[in-house]
Amino acid sequence: MVEPNSLSRKLFHAANYSIMIALSLFCLLPFIHIWAISFSDSAAVNGGLVKLWPVDFNLDAYSYILGDSKFGSAFWISLQRTVLGTLINVLLCVLVAYPLSKESTHFPARSVYVWYFMLTMLIGGGLVPNYMAIKAYGLIDSLWALILPGAVSVYFIVLMLNFFRGLPRELEESAFVDGAGHWTILFKIYMPLSLPSIATISLFAMVGHWNAWFDGLLYLNRPENYPLQTFLQTIITQPDMSKLHDVSQMMNVTTRNVKTAQIFVGMLPILLVYPFLQRFFIKGIVVGSVKG
Amino acid sequence: MLRGDFDPPYTLQEGNDEMKSNRWKRNLPLHLMIIPGVILIFLFAYIPMGGIAMAFQKFIPNRGLFGSEWVGFANFVYMINMPDIYDVVRNTVLIAMSKIVLGQFVAIMAALLLNEMRNRRVVRTVQTLIYMPHFLSWVILGGILVDVLSTNGGIVNQLLGVFGIEPIFFLGSNSWFPITLIASDIWKEFGFSTIIYLAALTSINPTLYEAAYIDGANRWKQTLHITLPGIGPIVVLLALLSLGNVLNAGFEQVFMLYSPQVYRSGDIIDTMVYRIGFQDFQYGVSTAVNLFKSVISMVLIIISYRLVYKIANYRIF
Repeated sequence: MVEPNSLSRKLFHAANYSIMIALSLFCLLPFIHIWAISFSDSAAVNGGLVKLWPVDFNLDAYSYILGDSKFGSAFWISLQRTVLGTLINVLLCVLVAYPLSKESTHFPARSVYVWYFMLTMLIGGGLVPNYMAIKAYGLIDSLWALILPGAVSVYFIVLMLNFFRGLPRELEESAFVDGAGHWTILFKIYMPLSLPSIATISLFAMVGHWNAWFDGLLYLNRPENYPLQTFLQTIITQPDMSKLHDVSQMMNVTTRNVKTAQIFVGMLPILLVYPFLQRFFIKGIVVGSVKG
Repeated sequence: MLRGDFDPPYTLQEGNDEMKSNRWKRNLPLHLMIIPGVILIFLFAYIPMGGIAMAFQKFIPNRGLFGSEWVGFANFVYMINMPDIYDVVRNTVLIAMSKIVLGQFVAIMAALLLNEMRNRRVVRTVQTLIYMPHFLSWVILGGILVDVLSTNGGIVNQLLGVFGIEPIFFLGSNSWFPITLIASDIWKEFGFSTIIYLAALTSINPTLYEAAYIDGANRWKQTLHITLPGIGPIVVLLALLSLGNVLNAGFEQVFMLYSPQVYRSGDIIDTMVYRIGFQDFQYGVSTAVNLFKSVISMVLIIISYRLVYKIANYRIF
């Protein structure tokens, strides 16, 4: 379409670009500031000299983190949780979504199952009953307490079953004619065709597991079992650093340096998958929220 | 939303007993597939739902759900008589509503402005930057906020100092704390809603704009009469669906950022439930407060689903 090139239009564009760039900077600058502090010398940080670029560049904070066994083990626990949790999330999601994608006329139990899962979206037990259940199952202080309660995500199931429903029915029909059963159809036909959806859900699940911290705080009593985000939470909200660092280290590295470096490392995995997230999320979100 | 029915070969003759048992055999794998999910949901959703009974008990963990003393509605009476419950409910609704309304407003504005931009690369870059915070946890964002908003060398107060403004206790003063919560929530989430609105905007038929242009409508008129009505349905849909969140003021965010001196303005139902349960160990009262919240939320969710189905013909399942 032809754009009218009047003066007011040009002014509008100038204002528009300025507003949007300001908005983007508003989102970006806090991260750059944190990044700059984490690579700066502690004296400069304490003097308030660090703005958006490291001052007296050094890696003290990072070498401190590398030598911190607590940080390392929390990182390792998070990694385990993310991999194991995502695998279980995706597998269960596919296994539940496939039967639910069938029509009630051919799978009469479907409507019962739909209600069974749907109801959990409306009401939950709440904090204390959930905790008591986990405790009764003996899962306190176990990695499974972080994985099993959220293993079946009704939200993922809805996304997945809508995708399955979009696949042409002839695929299933002809597979039946050729003598295939439901297991074969799911694993040999539906799953390979659903890779984009499975990728979307895997990314959702990965981000969810990596970012989760409150369940760790609730279900794990011993801080050495904390995943990274829970570990970071305790550091950020408890300003008492004497418990966390020995005196010799405090001589060299300010707590602010270390904190920002830890925050930065904590978000690094998300930043690494962000390009993929962007690509799949947009599709997934739009399908999930604007579907007709 | 249900597709037109079709008859796969195995149900061509309905009603026949042999065929029925045949169908059962065919469908057995479907039941087997769904069983693990059913069991996990039972253990981690339905069993805890049974635990709601604690709301009517003086629950003592050692005695369990069956050994604890039943107290009727005593926990609810206790809840109503708590001096800060009204503050907490008011804070919850106020913070949640402001986040929803302002957040959606900012997102719609951003989507409209982005839609006017012609330079694709700038649009992509802006998008990339504005929805990055959505993917980070409140631990990370909270850590960043604590640092940049600090009154002891935080960069925001340094910047305000340049303009001669006294340091502001963003996280420590009752007048600033809710504003900080709302603003930082918008920072985290508006980019996410912007994607949805932008998708709705790009799906508007471009010939409408061309026709309007030929008829002499300027960009402003086009926005008013084509763009806004074009995204109207999705705005209504999202507004209705957010009805269920009126009591969700953002537990993780508040829990990360609050401190006793801002309880008056920033304590919400969820954080109160946590403290009553896991700091005061009054399990029954905690469950009762939570139940009070979930019942209201559930009613709102059901209303919103019904409205959405009626108005937008949209079904969750």
